[in-house]
Amino acid sequence: MEHYNMKLTLKVWKQKNSNAAGSFETYQVSDISSEMSFLEMFDVLNEQLVNEGKEPIAFDHDCREGICGMCSMYINGRAHGPWTKNTVCQLHMRAFNDGETIVVEPWRAAAFPVIKDLMVDRSAFDRIIQAGGFISVNTGNAVDANSLPVDKKDADTAFDAASCIGCGACVAACKNSSAMLFVSAKVSQLALLPQGQPERETRVLNMVTQMDKEGFGNCTNTYACEAECPKGISVANIARMNREYLKAGLNSEAK
Amino acid sequence: MTWKHYFTSSIGRKLIMGLTGLFLITFLIVHCSINSMIFFNDGGETFNHWAHFMGTNVIIRIMEIGLFAGLILHIVQGYMLTAQNKKARPVKYDTNKPNENSKWYSRSMGLLGTLLLLFLILHIYHFWTPSRLGGIANIRPLEETNLSAYNNQQALNLYAEMKLVFENNLWVVIVYILGVISLAWHLMHGFQSAFQSLGINHKRYTPIIKNVGVAFSIIVPLIFALMPLAFYLGWIN
Repeated sequence: MEHYNMKLTLKVWKQKNSNAAGSFETYQVSDISSEMSFLEMFDVLNEQLVNEGKEPIAFDHDCREGICGMCSMYINGRAHGPWTKNTVCQLHMRAFNDGETIVVEPWRAAAFPVIKDLMVDRSAFDRIIQAGGFISVNTGNAVDANSLPVDKKDADTAFDAASCIGCGACVAACKNSSAMLFVSAKVSQLALLPQGQPERETRVLNMVTQMDKEGFGNCTNTYACEAECPKGISVANIARMNREYLKAGLNSEAK
Repeated sequence: MTWKHYFTSSIGRKLIMGLTGLFLITFLIVHCSINSMIFFNDGGETFNHWAHFMGTNVIIRIMEIGLFAGLILHIVQGYMLTAQNKKARPVKYDTNKPNENSKWYSRSMGLLGTLLLLFLILHIYHFWTPSRLGGIANIRPLEETNLSAYNNQQALNLYAEMKLVFENNLWVVIVYILGVISLAWHLMHGFQSAFQSLGINHKRYTPIIKNVGVAFSIIVPLIFALMPLAFYLGWIN
């Protein structure tokens, strides 16, 4: 891949806090290497802003290895930018051309309030997990490995679902800000494994109730979530959650 | 989970949408099959025979109540879902490229459904109201009616009514064709989406469901579109 430097115009969302009204601000950056990551480009810009005595742009990041799911940036009209199965730290500047204007916004969802600039509060996801995304285990010595037989296919499917990093790209890309892909990945992962069986029915009911309470929208099966998921989580998980929900609902004795 | 949750929770509502949607699809099969009898071009004899059966048979009339209930549930839940969905994103994106991750018609079910509803109001006014509320006795098999009498509406038969509505009214034909185009796109997403909402997503069966859905969404609206056209262009009389 040919290396090149570029000059870019950035239109970035600036918002003081969750109560303030935000607006776009335009910045110019130059000497951006095509080998930089998108976040490194922001580091360069922020350093420039600090040197100029201006306030740097607040954005979330942690591992910069594509697995922390903190970046929450909607870049040029796509969750995590133009590449697929990708996070912002793994988005490299070679995805852009010299002289391009790039629009960067935070996730837009009622359930993900903006904390500041490009940082959003995804604690709604944590509360959904707390509502049922757990299993009961006995304390004491660790059980023998492989003492619980698991079908290879189930183990693989559960593992695929478990690769969800909770980044919220599914919510961001969905026209309804629905969290179905996230919640279904968590429900599926535990419903497929023997360890998840005791809470299987209460889990799906409680997690869906919490999801609704947080103000996420409903699933229209556009599958934008799957297309934008950095981990390629399948919408087959959503169908599985619908199944789990229907089954738990039918088994429920509440009137 | 209580009964109420089937109508108020996000997944409960989607189950209702899927079930009523598939139910309405089965209605389309019946509706399209019976209406296709006009293409026998026998002056509406076969068609009117079945229209008479559909309008007078007790079981069918009871099922008709179920059909309206299903339709109303589908519409009401659809609008309630849309209202919730709008609330879930109060601040819109400045720059958004949804076409890169999803199909336009999958994102436009509310709009397509609204167009269908508007069409349906006109459609019910054209055929259901005169044939059902105008008196069931008026739907007689053709042999009991005089086709030439359709102009004074004294002895209404549905075939004559179709002829009356479509024969010289270009704008009605256009509205009906726009109506079935909305139906086609609504089905194009809705058919396979209903199965997903009901939890059916399978490596072996889902591709079949999707293909059948596409075929259904093209064939059925196409047959429906041919009906007003056939009368307007005089392919049948």
